[in-house]
Amino acid sequence: MASAQQFCTFFINKQFFAVPVQQVQEVIRYQEMTCVPLVPPVIRGLINLRGQIVVAFDLRRRLGYPDRPEDQLPMNVVVRADGETVSFLVDEIGDVIEVEEDCAEHPPETLQGKARGLVRAVYKLRDQLMLVLDTERAVTGEESSVNAN
Amino acid sequence: MDDLTREFLLESYENLDRLDQDFVKLETEPGNLELLKSIFRTIHTIKGTCGFLGFSKLETLAHAGENLLSLLRDGHLNLTSEITTALLAMVDAVRQMLGSIDTVGNEGERDDQALLATLTQLLQPKDAKPQPGKTPEPQPAELTREANIEEILVKQKTAKAVDVYDAVQQQQQGDPRHVGEILVEKGSVKPHDVLETLNLQQQARAASTSDSTIRVEVSQLDRLMNRVGELVLLRNQILQFSNSTEDSGLLATSQRLNLITTELQEGVMKTRMQPIGNIWSKFPRTVRDVATSCGKKVRIEMEGKETELDKTIIEAIKDPLTHIVRNSVDHGIETPEKRLAAGKPAEGRLLLRAYHEGGQVNIEISDDGAGLDLEKIKRKAVEKGAITADHAARMSEREAANLTFLPGLSTAEKVTNVSGRGVGMDVVRTNIDKIGGTVDVQSKSGIGTTVRMKIPLTLAIIPALIVTNRGDRYAIPQISLLELVRLEGEEAQKRIESVQGAPVYRLRGRLLPLVYLDRQLRPEATNEKAATSAVVNIVVLQADERQFGLVVDEINDTEEIVVKPLGKQLKGIKSFAGSTIMGDGRVALILDVLGLAQSANVVGESRERTLSEKEAGAATMGGQKQTMLLLQCGAGGRVAMELSLVARLEEFKPGAIEKAGDRQVVQYRGEIMPLIRIAEILRLPECETHGDGSDMTQVVVYSKDGRSVGLVVDRILDIVEESFVRQQPSKRDGLFGSAVIQQKVTDLLDVHSLIRTAIPSFFEGQPAHQEQ
Repeated sequence: MASAQQFCTFFINKQFFAVPVQQVQEVIRYQEMTCVPLVPPVIRGLINLRGQIVVAFDLRRRLGYPDRPEDQLPMNVVVRADGETVSFLVDEIGDVIEVEEDCAEHPPETLQGKARGLVRAVYKLRDQLMLVLDTERAVTGEESSVNAN
Repeated sequence: MDDLTREFLLESYENLDRLDQDFVKLETEPGNLELLKSIFRTIHTIKGTCGFLGFSKLETLAHAGENLLSLLRDGHLNLTSEITTALLAMVDAVRQMLGSIDTVGNEGERDDQALLATLTQLLQPKDAKPQPGKTPEPQPAELTREANIEEILVKQKTAKAVDVYDAVQQQQQGDPRHVGEILVEKGSVKPHDVLETLNLQQQARAASTSDSTIRVEVSQLDRLMNRVGELVLLRNQILQFSNSTEDSGLLATSQRLNLITTELQEGVMKTRMQPIGNIWSKFPRTVRDVATSCGKKVRIEMEGKETELDKTIIEAIKDPLTHIVRNSVDHGIETPEKRLAAGKPAEGRLLLRAYHEGGQVNIEISDDGAGLDLEKIKRKAVEKGAITADHAARMSEREAANLTFLPGLSTAEKVTNVSGRGVGMDVVRTNIDKIGGTVDVQSKSGIGTTVRMKIPLTLAIIPALIVTNRGDRYAIPQISLLELVRLEGEEAQKRIESVQGAPVYRLRGRLLPLVYLDRQLRPEATNEKAATSAVVNIVVLQADERQFGLVVDEINDTEEIVVKPLGKQLKGIKSFAGSTIMGDGRVALILDVLGLAQSANVVGESRERTLSEKEAGAATMGGQKQTMLLLQCGAGGRVAMELSLVARLEEFKPGAIEKAGDRQVVQYRGEIMPLIRIAEILRLPECETHGDGSDMTQVVVYSKDGRSVGLVVDRILDIVEESFVRQQPSKRDGLFGSAVIQQKVTDLLDVHSLIRTAIPSFFEGQPAHQEQ
């Protein structure tokens, strides 16, 4: 008997991504950001989440996609990752969906590039594939951390 | 873990802390029965509770301790150092087990057989007192001591002692009624008075128990603090908004909101305040342990225990303080033999002082030990290559003392387990720096050493200056702020000069190194902007005793900001200390002044940083000012000497100069003072207009050990306070080298070597014959 899991889904560069719903604190529209100098480009800035200051990671940059057009404002998916609250900047928010565990598969060997280490599993939905992100890896790793200068 | 166990742990930790103090105090007053009783009660409570909760190991241990204590309490045993040590070991073991219960839920795998054996063996009195080892059961009456109604009645003079005594007697003989009732019936007190007294008793009970205080989780307070922080931000926002409106109702309301928020903020801050005594209370035990292990006697004294500091700061200074205290005992204070030989009492004294001053807390730790061996410290520092020998010779005592903060420098004769491993004092300084405090050592040979710290009261909400760079706002903690300088128009281009490409500004004659915030934050950016801007805003900052000017686009305002830590991902950036939320709800970064100064090379990394100012000034771009006396010697000869070496400036009539042997001398204050013509020694060309007999002769008097020598100069030019870069070390006797001071090349006079060249015997022998 396979168990079902809930996912919060979103789109990045027309790709369908998701994170387990337990890791998501909230989803909010675009917030004004304060940019932080001296950090890797993946860190887009700091947002004020009702008094809590969180770091916003641009998943487009993290995954190596081109930047979104100027007129398109990103959405914030606020998640708990690596012991901290951080925000993932994504293009568009999808539904919360429930998926059976047994339609999960390891990402195919042919998945290359920056996404390789970040996709934890691929879920085969009826009409498309859903890539589940490893939130820990998205905020750690070379791309996202600051080298002490 | 269930609530009962948690409660037990909390209570026991508190009790154990008190035990440490009690034991140490007991050693100084062995006859203090009250103390003994209090210790006994504490141990008894722990034993009782853990028996109840089923921690049998803990119970056995506490029981052994209790047995020993009961003998002490009843006077069957005398307290010896041996017993104290064993009992303290028992306390430590109990603490460890509690820690283990706290973390893993059981008492842990410990073998306390040896300790138990020691405790049991100590039960046998050495001087065979004829009291066989009966272990008296604790008396419950002692455990809960409350004010009796009888006592209160007598104290309040409501009833006569005699009547009360009678009533109590009657009660003990089997009268089932209360004492009050008996008294009322006898007519010795009015019923009304008894009621009042009963009330009093209630109150006394309430005050004596912990009903008036509650325990609150620190995390709860932190959350409250965060909310208040948000409220402060909201208040700022509303104030901003209300200032732009005419509505008097809104203005009045926002003023009230302002007031209440401030009060609330202060109130919450207060709940986080703790007396420094909380961490000091551990020190008597620490001092005792360290002193015993190195065979010393040390008495610890405390002043200002009640001085309050924010909890986070208390936590941050705990380890540094402990380190300094251990250090003082381990190699500050001498052994009793040495102390007696030096004419001091055998028992050393360690004084801890804390007091508020100017919004900061000062903490001093002083001992009356031998003081630092400055020569040895200098030698070590030279060996380690931290300073040059030449520099060491010229160092002031204070500079030398502060060399102890260099990493890897230890002057302990031998490495003990307490200190002397060469780690420590530099860590102390780093930790104190981190919370925005300063630390300084002063030492007098044979008299003692004092470590002085200045600590900010709180870290959570601080006043800050808001500046703008490329439209982004940054907050600079006001504690590092010295002044603001604004250059407009022509000045903006003219007044900023460059030393080998490093921009500097002359602030009242001193060179202030400039750091452009924009270039620091965007290293990839070119400096296209700096040259063209019409207005230059300089924020003069202090970092680690050195000053520098931070050039920003705009200076906005000062504001109270709530400091929020940076996320893990941003911790690695040295230039930022944290973040905050501004009045408009946007996030601003808080600049770390020290970090900024380091990445801009205004101050070096730890090792360099503690170099004496002169050297570091030369090594970086000259931050530290020095006061110099500028002199003219011979034609066009421009020399400078340190003002601190000048005793007096004198003028002598040409007739006053006499000859003694082949030397020129003057009579000066009842002495014959030799004169040295600087121009001659330095072989500078003779000046034609001065010093040819028509003018007064200008003399700079240098004194050492009661002997003086006059340095003849042609003119005294100026006294300057300036930072300069020493260049071109000189091979000539009497000169250190030259530097640019007031835009002119100036020779730096090495007064000592100059005098030595002229009068080789000046620094030797010849005891001082007259104090000046």
